[in-house]
Amino acid sequence: MRANAAAQLLRCLEEEGVEVIFGYPGGAVLPIYDALVDAPIRHVLVRHEQGAVHAADGYARASGRVGVCLATSGPGATNLVTGLATAYMDSVPVVAITGQVARPLVGSDAFQEADVVGITRATTKHNYAVTRPAELPRVVHEAFHLARSGRPGPVLIDLPKDVTLADGPFPHPQAPPSRRGYRPRLEPDPAEVEAAAAALAGAQRPVVMVGGGIIHGGAAGELRRFLETTGFPAVSTLMGLGALPADDPRHLGLVGMHGTYAANRAVSQADLVLGLGLRFDDRVTGNASRFAPRARIVHVDIDPSEIGKNVRADVAVLGDLIRVLPRLLERLLAVWAASGRPDPAPWWEALRSWQAHQGWDLHTPMELGGEEGRPLRPQGVIQQVARVAGPEAIVATDVGQHQMWTALLFPFRRPRQLITSGGLGTMGYGLPAAIGAQMAEPERPVWLVTGDGSFQMNVQEMATAVNYGLPLRVVIVDNRSLGMVRQWQELFHQARYSAVMLEPLPDWVRLAEAYGWQGWKVERAAELEPALAALAEARGPALVDVVVDAQENVFPMVPAGAALDEVLLENPGGRSPRPAQASPRRAGVGQPAG
Amino acid sequence: MEFALAVRVENEPGVLARVASLVSRRGFNIESLAVGPTEDASVSRITLVCKGDERDRERLRRQLEKLVEVLEAWHVPGESSVRRELALVRVRADPGRRAELLQVAGIFRSRVVHVDRSALVLETTGDPEKIQAWLEVLRDFGIEEVARTGIVALDRERRAVPQAEFESREEAAF
Repeated sequence: MRANAAAQLLRCLEEEGVEVIFGYPGGAVLPIYDALVDAPIRHVLVRHEQGAVHAADGYARASGRVGVCLATSGPGATNLVTGLATAYMDSVPVVAITGQVARPLVGSDAFQEADVVGITRATTKHNYAVTRPAELPRVVHEAFHLARSGRPGPVLIDLPKDVTLADGPFPHPQAPPSRRGYRPRLEPDPAEVEAAAAALAGAQRPVVMVGGGIIHGGAAGELRRFLETTGFPAVSTLMGLGALPADDPRHLGLVGMHGTYAANRAVSQADLVLGLGLRFDDRVTGNASRFAPRARIVHVDIDPSEIGKNVRADVAVLGDLIRVLPRLLERLLAVWAASGRPDPAPWWEALRSWQAHQGWDLHTPMELGGEEGRPLRPQGVIQQVARVAGPEAIVATDVGQHQMWTALLFPFRRPRQLITSGGLGTMGYGLPAAIGAQMAEPERPVWLVTGDGSFQMNVQEMATAVNYGLPLRVVIVDNRSLGMVRQWQELFHQARYSAVMLEPLPDWVRLAEAYGWQGWKVERAAELEPALAALAEARGPALVDVVVDAQENVFPMVPAGAALDEVLLENPGGRSPRPAQASPRRAGVGQPAG
Repeated sequence: MEFALAVRVENEPGVLARVASLVSRRGFNIESLAVGPTEDASVSRITLVCKGDERDRERLRRQLEKLVEVLEAWHVPGESSVRRELALVRVRADPGRRAELLQVAGIFRSRVVHVDRSALVLETTGDPEKIQAWLEVLRDFGIEEVARTGIVALDRERRAVPQAEFESREEAAF
C-alpha cells in the first residue's frame, strides 16, 4: 500500500462511499492508477473518456449516489467536457478527477497540458485545482458535498501529477464541510409557503408542473400525497418523468415541445401553475413570453437563481421540495377549510376533453406497421419494447426522435427509471449512461432505446459492456438518418434535406458480433416479438436493430418559438401517429387557443 | 441602465476569473470592474458595473451568489451610495499651456504626480461623471494615455438587509 497522495485520494473516495469509478488511464494519472492496484474500489475501464463521465452520470441518475470518473490531463480531461456539461444541465451529482501536468510545468504548454479548470468553469457546479497535497482530503470531502447537496451537479478536481506523488501528512477534514459562500436554503420561509398556499387556494384551473427536482430531492412520495389530497392535475417535464406514475389519473403526461395535447393545453389555459423543481427551459415553455398567459406562477425550487430566470414567478418558495410540499399542503388545506375551495369539476371536464382530443395516449396501442411491404412504425415498436422491458427495467435513451417517442409512449412508473440527457441533449450519452446505470443497479434489467446516429457516437463502449459482463438490452430505432434534424428540415426548411442521411451505416448485427455482443435485425412486424424476447433473455449485452420508417415525425410538436397551444398534432400533409384502430383525425394544424 | 453590484468573495486564486466568466456567459458586458482587499484579509471585494434592467440585475446577482466563492452580492444603488474612481492621465504640457493646465487640474482637484519637459501625469478621484468631465477638458491639451481603476462603490449607510434573520433561515450545516 502506497502512502502518497494518490493512495490518500482513494481512501478519501472510500470514505465518501465510492464503490466504483469509471476511468481511462494516462501519463498524469499514473500514480492514481498505481494506487488503484491496492484499493478496494472497483475501476471500470471505459474506451473513451466521454464514456467515463456519461457512465458516472448514468450511475448517479440510476442510484442517486455520486458518480465518479477519472481521466488524465489534456485530451483525457477535455474529453470529459461534454459529459460534465450534460450532468450540469440536468443537475446530476458527478465528481470528476483529472490529472494535470506537474506543478513546475503548469502554464508552459507542457505535453498533455490543458487549462481544465478554466475550460470546465462553465460546465461544473464548482472545480478545484489542488496545489498543495495537504489540502487534498478537504477538497475531496468538499467536492462530494457540493456535488450531492443543494441543487446537485458535477464537480471537478484537477490534480497535478507531482501532487499525487507527494507524501503526507494529510489532515482529516472536518465533517460536514463548511463553506460560508455555500448554504443552500432547505427550509422554506413560512411566509413564502403561506403566499403560495393563498395563490393555490383560489385557483379554479390549477396545474402542477413536475420537474427533475422532485426526483433529485427524493420528493416523489410527497408529490403523490400532495396530488392525491388536492386532486390537482399534473404534467411532467422530460426530467420529471417517473416522479409520478404514468397511469396516475391526474397525470396529463409530458409537457413542452413534444408534450401531450392535454398537458400543453392545461398549462396554456391554467389560472395557476405550480412549478416544482424545474427551470422552465425553452423546450418546456415554448415561447416564454406567451407561456401560461392566464396563470399566476408559483415556483418552488432549491436554486434561487432559477426564480424569475426564464419566466416570471408571481410567488416563489425557496427550499427543498421534500420539506416544502408537506407544509404547502398543510397550509393549503387550512385555507380551503377556512374559506372553501373552488369546484374542480369544470376544469377536469376541460382536461378530459383535451385528452380525448389528441386521439391517443401512451396506453393506446399504436400502429406497428411492418406488414405487406410497409415499414415498421417507431411508435408501435417502442410500445412493444415497453411491454417486453416491463416495469422493473431502467430505460436509457439517446437524443432525438427515439428519445421523444420513448418519453411519450413508455409508461414510466418510478423515479430514476428514465436515464436521458434532457438539458444538453447529448447524442452518444445513452450507451455509456446505460453502462453506469447497470453498474449501479446490477439486479435490474437496463434497456437502451437509441438511434442509429446517437449509437455511433460512443459505439466503442460496446467493448466496456462486454468487458464487465453487463447484460445491456439495446434497441436501435434505425431510420438510417438523423430523424429529428430531418423532421425540422422537413417542417421548417421546406424539406431541403442537408446532411441528415447517415448511410452507409454499419451492419449492426455484425458489429455486435465483432464486439462480442449478440444481435438481431428486425424489418417486419412478425420478427419484432421474437427478437425482443431473445434480447430480454440474452445473457450478455445484446442489441436489436429495428429498421423503421425513415419518414416518421414526432407529434405532437410545438414549433420552436410558438406558444404551447400552437401545437401540430400531425404532419401538415396528414401522416400522423396513429392508433392501431385508426379513427378519423379531428385535430389539424395550429389548434387555436380558447 | 447601468447598475453596480458589490460582490464579497473569498480571497482565493481564480475567483476573479470565475466571476468575470460568469458575467459574460450570462450575456452581460462588464462596463467597469474593480477588485481589492477589504477589512477582512480573507475577503476581497469586487465592484461590478453592467447594463440591464431590474430583472437582469437580479438575475445576475443571483447567479453570482450561486458561485461557491461568492459570499454575498448586492445592488449598490447610485442614490444611496458613494461611487469613486481613480484615473491617471499623462497629458501633454507644452510650455505655453502648462500654467493653464495646472489651473484646470486645480479646478478638478487633481494632483500632479509626475512632471517632465513635455508632459504631466495627473491623478484625480471622483464619481464617473466627474472623471468623464475632467477627461473632456484635458482632451483639449492632448491626452497621451489614460489609466482608470474602475468604479468602487460603498453604501452610505449600513445596509438594511437583516443578515442575522436571513442566516437563521438556512441550515447550519446545509
